[in-house]
Amino acid sequence: MNREKIIQVENLTKEFGDFTAVDSISFDVYKGEIFGFLGANGAGKTTAMKMLIGISNPTSGKAIVAGYDVFSQAEMVKKSIGYMSQKFSLYDDLTIKENITFFGGIYGLSRKRIKEKIAELVEELQLQEVANHLVGSLPLGWKQKLSFSVALLHEPKIVFLDEPTGGVDPITRRQFWEMIYTQANKGTTIFVTTHYMDEAEYCDRVSIMVEGKIEALNSPKKLKEQFKVDSMNEVFLKLARNIE
Amino acid sequence: MSISVQNISKSYQQLKAVDAISFEVNEGELFGLIGPDGAGKTTIFRILTTLLLADEGKAKVLEYDVVKDYKSIRNSVGYMPGKFSLYQDLTVEENLTFFATIFGTTIEENYDLIEDIYVQIEPFKNRRAGALSGGMKQKLALCCALIHAPKVLFLDEPTTGVDPVSRKEFWQMLKRLQQKGITILVSTPYMDEASLCDRIALIQKGKILKIDSPQNIISNYDKLIYDISSKNTHGLIHDLKNYPSQYSVYAFGEFIHYIDSKKDFNPSDLNEYLEHKKHSEIIIQPAKTSIEDVFMDL
Repeated sequence: MNREKIIQVENLTKEFGDFTAVDSISFDVYKGEIFGFLGANGAGKTTAMKMLIGISNPTSGKAIVAGYDVFSQAEMVKKSIGYMSQKFSLYDDLTIKENITFFGGIYGLSRKRIKEKIAELVEELQLQEVANHLVGSLPLGWKQKLSFSVALLHEPKIVFLDEPTGGVDPITRRQFWEMIYTQANKGTTIFVTTHYMDEAEYCDRVSIMVEGKIEALNSPKKLKEQFKVDSMNEVFLKLARNIE
Repeated sequence: MSISVQNISKSYQQLKAVDAISFEVNEGELFGLIGPDGAGKTTIFRILTTLLLADEGKAKVLEYDVVKDYKSIRNSVGYMPGKFSLYQDLTVEENLTFFATIFGTTIEENYDLIEDIYVQIEPFKNRRAGALSGGMKQKLALCCALIHAPKVLFLDEPTTGVDPVSRKEFWQMLKRLQQKGITILVSTPYMDEASLCDRIALIQKGKILKIDSPQNIISNYDKLIYDISSKNTHGLIHDLKNYPSQYSVYAFGEFIHYIDSKKDFNPSDLNEYLEHKKHSEIIIQPAKTSIEDVFMDL
């Protein structure tokens, strides 16, 4: 199959003093793929992700994201990707419209385009009644959906989602995944971390990091076959059992 | 009775965070408050640990009234808030010593209670708490909440954001603490953890929807759930939602969970419909009900 590689990682390494947080990882992610990036706390996921989005320099190795080198072309990487983190999502004391306007401006969208985007998102997420409310007053589930949409404002080729559904109720969690599917069907590549193992099943392919290394990478189905278990939860427990 | 809550309500301006909630936790019980963000779990914890006054209702912990006897409660319960609230600039050992001193005890005096957990973080005892990984912070916080040998332990979302391995280990620790006679009230947004509690309260938007043992909640669920899969998952959800007699359709791990509204539902009719919709590798089989299924139908 001739598929376009949108992320290419070769021997990517990050050391902090004598501690190797990311230890020579290599993998590819294809265009339009939902790629699950799993690992225990402290396995090196966040460090690896920071390098891929151009905000942390690798100690050695190479990564090409959306056609740009994360080390020498970090600014171009940032322009071509979207990023959503659970921690630093939106400004609580700005309204929904103000947040969209602000991030639209940061991404360099024209005023006209921002106006269109506001109308589009308010319609899509059914935010008509709360568009002028402060984001801080929204339930977490709404905030997460909105910040996903904001991460997509500049129509990036890839969007990085760092635990997008933590603490969200089961229904909203599924609605969020439907948004992910829809976006992936449009050709956007999704790179996502999660601690919900049922969500790992929704990914096209999943990698599992253990102590800085990628110990497994395949479709959920193949991983379950490989480890002879029935669920991704068991795959994860088997792989990560030896740590701590 | 270790905890008794009667018609407790609490509002923040317009928002009714907790709406006339009542429940009781027996001595030595591991009781779970299960619900999503914004359900009111933290408010309940703060009222029971005497950090917040309820607008209405009564609550007792170890027979002490949460308003009148707040000092006695504070001396006899341990509380691990959802937000990491230890001193980031103090080391692991300093944090623990600090909490022991506040309660007029020493690490040595109650060491047997925390030993299991503390040995796992002891190699890092000179590291600042702020520099610990998520799993280790959580273990330290639990040690600090236990250091004065409380009779009741309040744990507010101790496993949120924690990976599956650490979550599993954490629940094993809770079981061991329970065996030592400690009553535990724990909250979690992870539905799979509900089955590890003796009894649970399912809570949403400030109201308790159900209280029972996880086994009873599951066995009292009267609808039949089917696991369905085909090669094209996304298309499958869409097509199932358009099936005339569908009651609910949602992703559940590797399968779609499907419930039909008809009593005389025949899976082979659905199979035919899906084949007609060009699905291949169709599987339709009865599914095992989980707490998450029940929760989603409340």
